Amino acid sequence: MLLGTVVGTVVSTQKHAKLHGAKLLLVQPESAAGAATPPALLAIDSVGAGMGERVLYVVEGKAAGEALGRKAAPVDAAIIGIVDAVTEG
Amino acid sequence: MQLARVIGTVVCAHKDSRLEGVPLLLVQPIRQDGSDVGRALVATDAAGAGTGERVFFVRGSEAAYPFHPTVVPTDASIIGIVDNWDV
Repeated sequence: MLLGTVVGTVVSTQKHAKLHGAKLLLVQPESAAGAATPPALLAIDSVGAGMGERVLYVVEGKAAGEALGRKAAPVDAAIIGIVDAVTEG
Repeated sequence: MQLARVIGTVVCAHKDSRLEGVPLLLVQPIRQDGSDVGRALVATDAAGAGTGERVFFVRGSEAAYPFHPTVVPTDASIIGIVDNWDV
């Protein structure tokens, strides 16, 4: 799992049926210290994250499909948590 | 998934039989400001996209899911056309 910040929302009318109703957010990956590591990626949101929030996300198909709650969905990234705090060391 | 711009089409007369009838499009990944990032790649199209359109695509084994039950040998599939995005 990785850390990132929600930097945008994406609207798509014409998309695969397994994605209907799914919320799509642009996530800017970042290091534990908070430094951005471009480019941003598109992730399914399963926890109700919003703009500017720091999130925990998976970049793996099976886990992303589980987060979406649909079998054999063509997704490879999903937000699975909203981060309250990260402590290093 | 990643945002991209469709920049072309690819035609292969001789290909794996499971790719018959599946459109192959050349896509250029883009940043959230719309600028190009990384190398262009070829993706199977499961969204009915066309040249010039902004799309998003999935990488990895999940790229074959839109063509279920046929197991298409693909590692990148366009799964949606982007109407707009807000950053």
